[in-house]
Amino acid sequence: MSDSPVMTHGAEAHHEHPSYQRHHFETVDQQFDATNFAMWLFLLTEVMFFGGLFMSYLLMRNWYYQAFVEGSHQLSIFWGTANTTVLIISSFTMAMAVWSAQMRRQRALLAFLGLTFILGTAFLGIKAIEWHEKWEKHHVPGLHQFSEQSFLNPKSDTEVWNEYHDKPLAPDMAQKTEEYFFLYFAMTGMHALHMVIGIGLLIYIFIRARTGAYTNGHFTFVENFGLYWHFVDIIWIFLFPLLYLISRY
Amino acid sequence: MSEHDNGNNSEAEYHEQHHIVSPVTYAIILLILLVATATTVWASYIDLGEWHIAPGLTLFWNPVVALAIACTKMTFVVLFFMHIKYSRKLTKLTVISGLFIFLVLIGMTLSDYFSRAWGRW
Repeated sequence: MSDSPVMTHGAEAHHEHPSYQRHHFETVDQQFDATNFAMWLFLLTEVMFFGGLFMSYLLMRNWYYQAFVEGSHQLSIFWGTANTTVLIISSFTMAMAVWSAQMRRQRALLAFLGLTFILGTAFLGIKAIEWHEKWEKHHVPGLHQFSEQSFLNPKSDTEVWNEYHDKPLAPDMAQKTEEYFFLYFAMTGMHALHMVIGIGLLIYIFIRARTGAYTNGHFTFVENFGLYWHFVDIIWIFLFPLLYLISRY
Repeated sequence: MSEHDNGNNSEAEYHEQHHIVSPVTYAIILLILLVATATTVWASYIDLGEWHIAPGLTLFWNPVVALAIACTKMTFVVLFFMHIKYSRKLTKLTVISGLFIFLVLIGMTLSDYFSRAWGRW
């Protein structure tokens, strides 16, 4: 992925290479395929990583369904849908950034990278608004005195009460809402951490793209970063219905 | 830009092997994903009922529909945004084996938890 200048091998049978082809690869194609395959293997380890979280979620949801329903009613459908939309559009702009790199259009590449950066940051901003609301309502597990008030006495939480008329939970079930919020913060938190790393990489790519990197025919890094970005999008595609859309009727 | 003739040749070969997905395709996928998002939110507000398969075993349709829509969205993202539709068999196989192992992880663990005689020992 670096542009270390490797021109010739010195051996007489070898032809000259583009500067971005590393000497241990036969062709640029082989180099692309190897890197691309490695990126997919990395994404598989990420699937396993998030898989553990999804697994715990499924089990806890089956055991403490009522707690998960009422915990989920605390989340804002408006912000959740807005964030899903923002992230999906950012995936589109990232796909377009890869296309711009493939077509060697530097200005388009910079524009789409910039848009992806803005949308990614907007996603984190919206997430921060949502998390802050949980903090204020004492719905952060293990910190800031977790409160079961909204679940023991739903009428005390007028905003949610007006929409859902939830029944009061028995004390042992109300306790389990902390389990729901633990998974909510673990899953959205891990996802957000991936977004932060992604945004960091976007800045790096943007700076390098300004000097003409990636539009010289060597766009492997942008392509593979795109895979990462889309993967993080897919995680959210599953988090959204699982965390926000539990029994909304 | 490559200064070498050979570089240009391999570039021509490159375009044969690597399909460049057109922006129109990307835009259509974006539209599909947005419509699917709206559908999943809309569907979550409707009681889709449940299916009593056997005593003590009930399937609720709402989460089934929500996950089916999410899987559809994932498929579009993987196939087009992530170029799997146009990639080599090795890459396709890698993706499918990843999904398979994920399902084994979920399936085996859940069947263990659900088949235990909880509280009866």
